[in-house]
Amino acid sequence: MRLSRRIAAAALAITTLLPMSACGGNEDSADGDAVEVFTWWADGGEKAGLDALVGVFAQQCPDQTFQNGAVAGGAGSNAKQVLASRLQTGAPPDTFQAHAGAELVDYVKAGQVENLSDAYDQWALRQAFPLGLIENLTYEGRIYSVPANIHRANVVWTNKKVLADAGVTTAPTSMDEFFAALDKVKRSGIEAPLAVGKDWTQLMLLEAVLISDLGPHKFAGLWNGATDWKGAEVTKATNDYKRLLTYANDDRDALDWTDAERLLMNGRAAFQLMGDWEAADLDAKGFKDYGYFTFPGNGETFQWLADSFTLPRNAPNPDGARCWLKTVGSAAGQQAFNTQKGSIPARIDADPANYPPYQQSAMADWKTATQVPSCAHGAACSQGLQGAANSAMAKFSTDLDIASLQNALAQATSQFTTS
Amino acid sequence: MTKNLRRWGPGLLLLSPSLILLAVFVYGLIGWTVKVSLSDQHDALGSKGFVGLDNYVYLFTEDINGRFLHSLRNLAVFTVVFMVGTMLTGLLWAFLLERGVRGEGVFRTVYLFPMAVSFVASGVVWRWLMNPSTGERAGGLNAIFQSLHLDFLQSEWWTNPQWGMSAMAMPAIWQLSGYVMALFLAGFRGIPNELREAAAVDGASTFQLYRRVLFPQLTPVALSAVIIIGHMSMKMFDLIMSVSGAQWLTEVPAVYVWQALLTSDYAKAAAISVILLLVVAVVVVPYLVYTDRQEKRA
Repeated sequence: MRLSRRIAAAALAITTLLPMSACGGNEDSADGDAVEVFTWWADGGEKAGLDALVGVFAQQCPDQTFQNGAVAGGAGSNAKQVLASRLQTGAPPDTFQAHAGAELVDYVKAGQVENLSDAYDQWALRQAFPLGLIENLTYEGRIYSVPANIHRANVVWTNKKVLADAGVTTAPTSMDEFFAALDKVKRSGIEAPLAVGKDWTQLMLLEAVLISDLGPHKFAGLWNGATDWKGAEVTKATNDYKRLLTYANDDRDALDWTDAERLLMNGRAAFQLMGDWEAADLDAKGFKDYGYFTFPGNGETFQWLADSFTLPRNAPNPDGARCWLKTVGSAAGQQAFNTQKGSIPARIDADPANYPPYQQSAMADWKTATQVPSCAHGAACSQGLQGAANSAMAKFSTDLDIASLQNALAQATSQFTTS
Repeated sequence: MTKNLRRWGPGLLLLSPSLILLAVFVYGLIGWTVKVSLSDQHDALGSKGFVGLDNYVYLFTEDINGRFLHSLRNLAVFTVVFMVGTMLTGLLWAFLLERGVRGEGVFRTVYLFPMAVSFVASGVVWRWLMNPSTGERAGGLNAIFQSLHLDFLQSEWWTNPQWGMSAMAMPAIWQLSGYVMALFLAGFRGIPNELREAAAVDGASTFQLYRRVLFPQLTPVALSAVIIIGHMSMKMFDLIMSVSGAQWLTEVPAVYVWQALLTSDYAKAAAISVILLLVVAVVVVPYLVYTDRQEKRA
C-alpha cells in the first residue's frame, strides 16, 4: 500500500515536471545548410544593410540559406541578454554580431568563440584591413571576428544656418577655438549651443576632449591602465569637459541622442558630438542643412567602433558560418552592407565613388589617420567598464565633481582590466 | 503509522505538485541566487570560487561612487513619498465616498481606473508630462504651467539629483491611490451600522465617531495597504525604466540588478537581489506573523 502510494506520488511528480523540461530545450532550427545569423539589426538603415548583405551571401554561398535571428532593441540591449543565455546553455547561433575590440574579449575569455586567424590568411583579410584595426582585433596573437563596417565616433555635427547667423565661418581646430565659437553662438541668442544627451553621449564627449588634451596615444592607454586617470592632463581635460557642459542643455539626462539631434535640427543648438550614424539619420529625416568636422583638437585621429561577426564554439553549421564570414569580409559584401547602413567599409580597397559625400571623406581619413578605439561603443572597453563609466558620467552631469569622476574612472579601469 | 499515512497521505499527494514546483522554482532558485552571490562570477567566464560575503561588503563600502548606497537612498525617497501619498489620497477618497456622495459608483470607477493601466504605459505618458525642459522648449506639465502663467511651478521633476525620486513617485501615487481607496472603503463598509448608532446614542460628535470608533477598526486594512504598497515600491522597476530609462539619477536596486546582469556580473546582481529580498522580508514577515496570530486568536 505504502509503496504503491509512493510510486503514485513519484509518477505524479514526474508527469508535472516533464513538460517543463521539454520547454527548456531549444527547437532544432538547423536543417543542415541554414545559417542562423544573430544580430540586433531589426529595422531602419541597419535592417536595410543586413538585407543587402544577405543578397550578396546568396550569390557567394548558393548552397547555404540565411536564417534571420535578429532580436530588436537599441544597441543590442535585449539581444546581448538572449545571446548570453544561449551561449551558456551551449545552444549558440551559427554566427553572432558583436562590437569589435574589448567587448569581444569577454567572449574570447569565456571560450565561446573560435579563432579565425587561419581564415584571415586564407581570405587575405590582413592586407585588406588597416594595420591599426588588425592590432585592435588581435587578442593574444589571435583574431576572433570579422568586422563588417567602421563608424567614426569623434565627429561634431553642426546646424549651418545657426552658425551662419552667429558669424562662425570656419570650423574650429582647437579647444580654444571651439570655446570661442560656442561663445559666439551663445551671444547670438542660442542659450545652449552644444546639444548633449544622456550618459553614454556624455562619455563620447569626454573621450573626444581627452583625445584633444592627451593625444591619441595616451588616450588609448587610459582604457587599458597604461595612462593614469588621476594625472594632471586628465584633470585639465575634465575641466575642459566641465566647461563644455556650461554650453550644453540642462535637461541632457532626459534626452537620448536622437532628442539631442532634434535640438540641432530645430536650430536650438549649433553643435552636437555624435558618431557618424548621425549622417545617415539626418539624411533619412530629410535635414539637409548640416555640416560636420572632426572634434576640435583631435587632428588626424579617427576614433572608431565596428560591428563584427564571430564563429561561436559548437556552432551547428560551422561551414555555413565561415561562408557568411567570408561574405562579410569581402569587398562586395562590405559595399552592399555599408552603402545601406551609412557606415564605411573596414576594407581600404573600397571605391569611394559608390558612397555618399560624408562617407567619402571618412573613407579617406580611415586610410591615413591615427586610429583609436571608442570606449562608449565597446571597441576599447568591456561591457562592465562601459557600464561603470556611463554611471560615473551621469553622476558627474549632476554634481560636476572632477576629483570624484577621476577616482571613479580610475577605479573602474583597474577593476575591469585586471581580471 | 499506516493510519497516520492514511490521514494526511491523500492530501499531501494532491498538494505535492505545487509543493515540488514551489520548492524548485521559488526556494530552490532563491538558494541558487544566494550561492551565486557568494561566488566571484563577475563575467561570462563563470565562477572561480567561493568568496564569502565579499560581494556584499563591496556593495556597501567600495562600490564605485557609492552606487549601491545611492540606489538605496533613491529607493527610500521613492518609497516614503509613494506610501504616504497613496495612503493619504486613498484614505481621503474613501472618506469622501463613504460620506455618501451622489454617483458614488462613477467616482469609484474613476479613481480605480488608473490601476488597470500598466506601469509601462503610464510611465511613457508621465515621461512626457514630466519633461524637465523649461522656457521655449517646455513640454508636458511645465508647458501647462507656463500657459497658465504659473512659471514658478515649473520643475526639473525627476532630473533633480536630490529629490527627483519624489517626482518619480507621482505616477505611482496616481495609479495606486484608487486601490488603497477601495481597501479602505471595504473597511468602512465592514463596520456594522450598530456601532455608529450606538455612538450616536452616546452623543459622540462626527469627529469622535471617526477618531474613536471607525478609524481604530480600519487598522488591519491600513496595515494590509501599507504592506502591499510597500513591497510594490521596493521592487519598482518598470515605471522607472519607462520614465527615465536605466541611469544614475533614478537608479534603484532593481534597476541596478538589471544593469549588472547586462554586463554579465552575475555575482553582483545576485547579491543585490538577496539584499532586496531581505529588505522586503523585513516588511512582510512581521505582517505575516501578525496576521497568523490574529487568525489564531479568532
